Order: sequence, then C-alpha cells, then structure tokens
Amino acid sequence: MSNWTEVVELEAIPSMGSRVVETGEIQIAVFRTADNKVFAIKNACPHKGGPLSEGIVHGTSVTCPLHNWKIDLASGEALGPDEGCANVFPAKVENGQVFVDFLIV
Amino acid sequence: MKQKLILIGNGMAGVRTLEELFKHGEGAGSDLYDVTVIGAEPHPNYNRIMLSPVLASEKTIDDIILNSLDWYAENNIELITGDAVSEINRVKQCVITESGKQIDYDRLLIATGSNPFIIPVPGAEKEGVIGFRDIHDVHTMLDAAQKYKKAVVIGGGLLGLEAANGLMKQGMDVTVVHLLDSLMERQLDKTASEMLKLSLEEKGLRFMMEAQTAEIIGDKRVSAVKFADGSEVEADLVVMAVGIRPNMSLAQKAGIHCERGVVVNDTMQTYDPKIYAVGECVQHRNECYGLVAPLFEQAKVAANHLAQVGSTRYLGSITSTKLKVTGIDLFSAGDFDEIDGDETLVLQDPSQGVYKKLVIRDDKIKGAVMYGDTMDGTWYFQLMRDETSIADFRNTILFGQHDLGDAGHGDASAVMALPDSAEICGCNGVCKGDIVNAISKEGLFTLAEVQAHTKASSSCGSCTGLVEAILASTVGEGYDKTPNKKAVCGCTDHSHDEVINAIKEHELKSMQAVREFLEWKTPDGCAACRPALNYYLLARWPEEYADDAQSRFINERAHGNIQKDGTYSVVPRMFGGLVKPNELRAIADVCDKYDVPEMKVTGGQRIDLFGVKKEDLPPMWKDLSAAGFVSGHAYGKAMRTVKTCAGKNWCRFGTQDSTGLGVKLEELTWGSWMPHKFKLAVSGCPRNCAEATIKDFGVVAVDSGYELLIGGNGGIKVRVTDLLTKVETEEQVLEYCGAFCQMYREEAHYLERTAPWVERVGLSGIKARLLNDDVERKALAARFAISQKYAQIDPWKARAEGEAAHEFTPLKLQLDAGSEEKILEIS
Ligand code: SRM
Ligand SMILES: Cc1cc2nc3c(=O)[nH]c(=O)nc-3n(C[C@H](O)[C@H](O)[C@H](O)COP(=O)(O)OP(=O)(O)OC[C@H]3O[C@@H](n4cnc5c(N)ncnc54)[C@H](O)[C@@H]3O)c2cc1C
Ligand code: SF4
Ligand code: FES
Repeated sequence: MSNWTEVVELEAIPSMGSRVVETGEIQIAVFRTADNKVFAIKNACPHKGGPLSEGIVHGTSVTCPLHNWKIDLASGEALGPDEGCANVFPAKVENGQVFVDFLIV
Repeated sequence: MKQKLILIGNGMAGVRTLEELFKHGEGAGSDLYDVTVIGAEPHPNYNRIMLSPVLASEKTIDDIILNSLDWYAENNIELITGDAVSEINRVKQCVITESGKQIDYDRLLIATGSNPFIIPVPGAEKEGVIGFRDIHDVHTMLDAAQKYKKAVVIGGGLLGLEAANGLMKQGMDVTVVHLLDSLMERQLDKTASEMLKLSLEEKGLRFMMEAQTAEIIGDKRVSAVKFADGSEVEADLVVMAVGIRPNMSLAQKAGIHCERGVVVNDTMQTYDPKIYAVGECVQHRNECYGLVAPLFEQAKVAANHLAQVGSTRYLGSITSTKLKVTGIDLFSAGDFDEIDGDETLVLQDPSQGVYKKLVIRDDKIKGAVMYGDTMDGTWYFQLMRDETSIADFRNTILFGQHDLGDAGHGDASAVMALPDSAEICGCNGVCKGDIVNAISKEGLFTLAEVQAHTKASSSCGSCTGLVEAILASTVGEGYDKTPNKKAVCGCTDHSHDEVINAIKEHELKSMQAVREFLEWKTPDGCAACRPALNYYLLARWPEEYADDAQSRFINERAHGNIQKDGTYSVVPRMFGGLVKPNELRAIADVCDKYDVPEMKVTGGQRIDLFGVKKEDLPPMWKDLSAAGFVSGHAYGKAMRTVKTCAGKNWCRFGTQDSTGLGVKLEELTWGSWMPHKFKLAVSGCPRNCAEATIKDFGVVAVDSGYELLIGGNGGIKVRVTDLLTKVETEEQVLEYCGAFCQMYREEAHYLERTAPWVERVGLSGIKARLLNDDVERKALAARFAISQKYAQIDPWKARAEGEAAHEFTPLKLQLDAGSEEKILEIS
C-alpha cells in the first residue's frame, strides 16, 4: 500500500534542481528534472555521504558535489565505474503538488 | 523500420565505427540499424597492434581480444566469422559470402584493412613464406619457431623489426634483410636509425643492408633466400614485411571508384553514398593510413554520419610512430628531413643513448625523432598538431615538458618500472595496477576512457602525463593520444574553441540554442559542459544572458565553499588585504552569533570562517554586508584575491604604493567570472613579498614604474610569470590588467588557468596584441568594464535580501515519532 505525503509545490523546486525535505533527523532530496519528473532520494551520497541535493542535475542523474560520483535518480545506483546505492523513495506530481511515499505503511 | 547495416571486415576500424555509432545512444546509434558483421577471420575483433607482443610471448591472444562474443550479443549484432564476402551487388543492395550467404543492406561499411605485400620473386609461394598480419600468421610463426632454427625477415621497417624481435625471443636465429642503407627510413633520420641498429644488434639480430631479394629457394618449403648479388642466406621461415596494400579488390569488383585504396570523401562515403569505407583499405585526400590513430578518427566521423548527426568531417591526420620492441624507446612524427629554411634542434648524449631531434619551420614543429628518451614525444606531437608557436620556449624545448616530476612522481621511465601498487592518481587513490588492468580488460584506448573507468587523472589532472605514459605502454601506439581537438565532454564532439566561436559568430544566447545549433547528444548536458556553456554565454553576452544557477557547481550557486560535512565556509573580501578594527569586530561578532567553529587567516590575506550551516548563510551575509563586506568569491571560478605587501607607505625599501594599487586593482576586478580562478598581487619592490611572480596577474613595483607579469600559478604545477611589459603609471597598470583579464575571459577554455592558457596560445601572440595594438587593448579593457557593471553586484547582499531563498530554506516536514523511526530504519 502506498502512503503519499504532500511535500511541496512543483514550482517551488527549480527545474534541474532540488529541495531538501527535513523530517527531524533525516534529509531527503527531492529533485525536479528538465522535463518535470520528480525523484526523492536520501540526501547522502553512497560514496562519503555528500549532499546529493547540491549536485548538478542532468537527464535523470545527479553528479555529487563532493567527488563527482554520478547517481541515477530513479534507482539511487552509482553510475559508471563507481558502485553503491542511495535509498530512493517513490515520488509523483499531482495537480502541481509533489508527493513522496516515505515507505512507512 | 530499422535499416540494415552490414560491416564487411571484423577488424579494428570497422568495429570501432560500430562502437562510436552506439555511443550516439537511443534514437541515433543502436536503434537505427540492424547490424550484421561479416569477418573473414574466425575470431572476434582483436587488437592487431598487439600481435607483436603476442609473438614475443609478452601477451596472449586472450589478452588482446577487444570485443568478446558477448559484446556482439549485447548489442544485437549478427556476427558471421570465418566467412569472407565475395561480392557486393549494388543494384540489389546485397552482399554474397564465400559460403553462399546472401544478405541485404541499406547501408554498407567496408573495412577490409590491407594485405601484406608479398614480393613477386620466384619461389614466393613456397611453404614457410608468410606475411605478418593476423593471428593465423602469428600461429604459423610460433609453430615454425618450435621446429626450425633459421628465420629471415625481409623489410627493416616497423613491422619487420617487430617480427624479427619476436622470432628472436622465440629462440630463432634471425636475419633482417633491408633494401636500403638505413632501418625505418620513413620514420627515422640516419643518426637515430644507426642507434637503433646498434641496439638491435646488441640484442642479437643480424642485418643485411642494401640487399635485394631475388629468389626464394627450396623444394616444397623454403630453405634459403637468394639475393641479386648472388649471395644466399639459409632460411626455414621467411617473413615478408615490406609493406601493405589496401585491400580493395571487393570494392573494385563492385565498380566502386578505387585508386590506391577505396576513395572516400570527408564523411567517409565512397562514390556510392550508401557505401562507407574506413580503415586501411581507404584512400582519403590522396592518403592511405597504416596506423590506428587516424583510423579511429575516421571511425568517429563515419559513425557520426551513420547516426545521421552529420556534424563532423574527417580532414586527414598527422601520425606518429613508436616501435614496440621492449627496451627500445623510439618515437617519430611528421617530417624530419630538413629542407631549405628549416631549423634543426638536436640533443645528443651518446653515453646515455639519448638522441632527440626537432625540425622547426616558422617557429612550429614540423617533425620529431627521438631515441632513448621518448617521454616528451606526446607533447611534441601535440605541439605539432596544434601548430603551436614554440618561439617562447625554444631554448628549453628539448629538455621536455617537465610535466611529470611536479607532483612528486619522478620521471617517466621510472613510471614503467613502478610496481603495480604504486599510486598514480593521488586524488582518487588509483594505483598503476588498476589502470593497467582496466586498459587490458576493458580494451581502453583513450585518456578519457581511462578517466571514466578508473577515475585516474579525473580530478586535479597532475597525473595525466603518467596515465598517458601507462596507456602508451600498455596499448602500444594504438591509443588515441590527445586527439587533435578535445571535445568539451561526452555530450558533444565539439571542442571548446568551436563552442566559443559558435556562440560569438552565430549569436547564440542561451544554452538551449548552443546545444541545438551544435547538435548536443544529450538533452540537457552534463555536470561538465553545463558550467562551461553557462560561463561562455555569460562572458560573451554580459548584458543579455541570464545566469543559470542550476548550471553552476554548488559553491558558486550557494556562494560559499562546500565542506566535507555539507557545511560552508565564508570568506569576506578584504580589498588588498587591508582591514579596519571595526571590520574585524564585525567579523568577530558574526562568528559569535552563528557559532562559527573555526576561523583562519588564509593564504590569500583574508579571513575564512569555517563550518557555517547553509541556512545561516543569508542572515550572516546580511550582518557582514551591513559592516561593508562583499563576497570574496573564494568559491568561484572567478577573480579571487589581490595580495599586497607593505609598500612605500611603511616599508623602507618600498618604491611605490603597492597596497593602494592592490586595492584599486581589486576594486577594478572583483566579482568577475573567469574561466578558472584568477589571482593578483602587487609587490612594492623586487624583493616581492606579495609573491607576484606566481600570480595570474602580478605587479612588481620598481623605482621607475611597474613591471606587469602574467600567467603565474602557485598551485598544482608551479609556473613563474612571464614579463608582459613595464609601464609608468597606475592608470596604465589598470588598463593593461583589464585588457588582459578580458582577453583571458573571452578566449581561454573553461577550467584553463592563465598558466596553461599562456603556454597553449603562446606569450608572443598575447604580448603583440596587448602591447602593439593600442586599439585592441583599449577595446578589451572597455569590454571588461562593461561586463563588470553586471558582475559587481554583491551576491551576498542580494541573497541576504531574499534572492534564491529556496536555495537556503529546507522544507520541514512533521512526521509522527513512529514514522520518523521507520524511515531511519529503512535508510
Ligand atoms: C582557504 C584557502 C587555504 C587557506 O586557508 O589559506 C584555500 C582553500 C581551498 N583551495 Fe586553495 N586555498 C587558499 C589559497 C590558495 C593558494 C595561495 C594563494 O592564493 O596565494 C593557492 C596557490 C596559488 C595559486 O592558486 O596559484 C591555492 C591553490 C589551490 C588549487 C590549485 C590551483 C591551481 O591552479 O593549481 C586548488 C584546486 C583548484 O582550484 O582546482 C585549490 C582549491 C581550494 C579549495 C577551494 C578546495 C575545494 O574545492 O574545496 C579549498 C577550499 C577550502 C574551503 O572549504 O574553504 N587551491 N589555494 C586559501 C584561500 C585564499 C583566499 O583567501 O581566497
Ligand atoms: C603486427 C602488427 C603491428 C602493428 N602495430 C601497430 C602499432 O604499433 N601502431 C599502430 O597504430 N598500428 C599498428 N599496426 C597497424 C594496425 O593494426 C592497422 O592499422 C589496423 O588494424 C587496421 O585496421 P582495419 O580495420 O583497417 O584493418 P584490419 O584490422 O586488418 O581489419 C580488416 C578485417 O577485414 C577482414 N576482411 C578482409 N576482407 C574481407 C572480406 N572480403 N570479407 C570479410 N572480411 C574481410 C580481414 O580478415 C580483417 O580481419 C600493426 C599491424 C600489425 C599487423
Ligand atoms: S591544500 Fe587547499 S585543497 Fe588541499 S586540503 Fe588544503 S585547503 Fe584543501
Ligand atoms: S561523497 Fe559523493 S562523490 Fe564522494
């Protein structure tokens, strides 16, 4: 069962950018791509925990600001020669609002 | 419906074309065609170059396979091996193979390579007389070495010598027969050729020079070679390596125009536009090539055209040669025979076995021959291909680029001797063994590929020379040394210069326009090209282009340096390093108010506040701004600091007001976005306490005026400035500084600091334009002033007042305690 939480309006996230959602202790980065897809991913790079929210978004990946790992937003997997995975959460846009499922059924 | 593409010839150039085609990605490369590959050899594509090391038992066949059968399967390629195409029917658009298969095509790619030339002397068809071209030949030679003792290699060129060396390593007694009086005469001058012959003789090879083969003697199998002068040499095996002939018979039979090879145009199409040809079988602009580097360039162009991108043309190549005989270092490129008007630079050290010769024409390298120490071959080759003027460093050019020692790695021959565990890339912790493995396992050929697979040399770049050296020695000469032009990134084939020019000439004013006009392969670029495009547009159209925050690296977007824990550092600007008590007090107050964990005086004469939380940045900037501070841009590819010394006002040696001039320079230049960081300094006398001689723009005051210095760098690779000129007034200093900044801003490549830029384009050109052309200098300075009108808006103040607020405001989400715990558990 999914459990969608409304987090922010789509327009409040810059295109090819992100916003950080803080739920107390953890940070989740919500990304918006050039074609208005949204992705939610734990804001910690699988390499050394870099804040992915601060990376440059291209296509459906983000390049981590600390050491340039490329992370696939849909799966959280590191691309190319690097290996590792960040947790992803289902996300969707409905009526201009972004919803994230924090998987806490 | 997909079109049908057939590749004839499962070799290096053809398969490389397919790889390049697939790189074009969905919608262009892989989806466009159903691909069939037909190869006469019974193997998947392998690295032909490496047959020599296989023959010398330094590698195995498995080591040199470039594309495994899995690769063909993964790419949905229909592969037919061990069957040659015997006919191309252009009317029916199909090919017919020897085994009788008939396959239709929409597009055909001919890459049939070449055939070894067998001298048509009597007896040439006897058993034991072979060429050196493929795996089959290598097996024949290895078998012969088991059973027989005496080998004759005809041909003292690259291929002949590699064959001879291999056979000798297999225990055979080898004589090399050469028609002319010096070895590798097409690549080497007499001196280098003589040195080579001596060292090969020391290794055990025998030579017969100026000997013309007349006949191969023997019953069924060869037993001796007879020469024109009547002499004979015993032989159980004869390898003919006297040259290659483009393999064009198939095309010729099909009525495609051929001369020395299959004739193609600049998009690698034959006279039948449905039929492309690449590789050694091709004749392009009257040239046939026999080395892989040019063939790979051809492959790129053919793929680009097949992918229907059509934005590149092949314009021919300049090639270089190395001999793959272990223990012999030899490099040759270009034209090394001097003609009238050429100059020759020679360095000869017989006791070290070192010889280097450069042939120079009009201050440009025309040819290079190196023996013994070939480390700088790549560099000379690059200078030659870029037609760089060497006027400014001809005094030292023979001593090499001195590129490698700087990061403490030692020199290059040492690189080869390094153990696998030696760390090559200090930034990413990549060892030599990792690189060698990746190259052999993944079949890597280019620096970019090594960077992508291993991360070596992808950060600070100081190890690039070492990585290239490892590439060269692992792959042999096949690797794509620095291609003629370096593409901006994987999203495009265009170089930085092409992008800069297109933006200017076609008045492209948005990133989208640039990507469309230059046919970018990705819809929104990547983390490498987006910042570059954003910079180029900003630099060209300061009045119109709106900066794109999402194309800036986080430091420049958030106007602070991101730290390893995700906090930021804040460095307020202190013009010329001067500071007042109330300003220091304001900084101290800010640190107290926002719990700044650490303060430090920087190497740039100002104060760094470390560990600031992102949300605290705007309010902190508000306080700093109220105290009169603006951003120090310590985070940007931008003008950074102006270091000054005490100067005439206080110092007993000071000749001019260095501090005051430093402040003026900083007021002129602050806020400017640059291709890379840009630092200035002003010293009050030649004692140079402000270290002006390692700055991008430095000033050393003397009694009679100011010496202006450019292109210095104190970072990864130290470079001392060059003297631009001496001027008399502060106004002149400011004008020259503005003009120099603008020239650098408009012309350098993104992420190229002034030091490598000056070296690339040449000091004399920069000097000529800034010194002799008053009109151009003033125009540059004026353009700099215009762009500064838009750049000198303090980004901190703007953000303190609310600009880009979303950047600094996290979204708080209230979840109940249980949920919070669950999320923590999951992640
Ligand atoms: C803070 C400071 C060290 C200090 O405490 O003194 C510093 C800190 C950093 N330097 Fe530096 N450099 C600092 C002076 C220097 C100097 C000395 C100078 O400017 O006189 C140099 C050598 C001079 C030169 O640049 O020619 C220097 C050469 C580098 C380099 C190598 C540049 C090069 O061209 O080789 C890098 C790497 C880069 O830019 O790619 C670098 C990069 C960095 C970065 C930005 C690394 C990064 O990307 O995160 C560091 C940021 C630390 C932080 O989080 O704040 N820093 N850095 C200095 C700031 C000066 C300022 O007031 O703005
Ligand atoms: C021993 C050796 C050492 C070398 N060393 C170097 C070096 O150090 N540096 C360097 O740059 N270059 C070197 N070369 C040259 C380099 O290998 C060639 O330039 C390159 O392989 C040519 O590529 P190609 O695709 O044009 O031809 P090939 O790689 O020869 O591929 C052509 C393929 O087409 C097949 N074919 C031909 N006719 C037909 C047909 N009718 N039907 C089906 N298939 C057919 C052939 O069997 C062959 O497999 C060396 C070559 C040799 C032999
Ligand atoms: S030298 Fe510069 S880049 Fe390196 S750790 Fe120190 S501050 Fe960071
Ligand atoms: S923390 Fe992301 S790349 Fe290192």
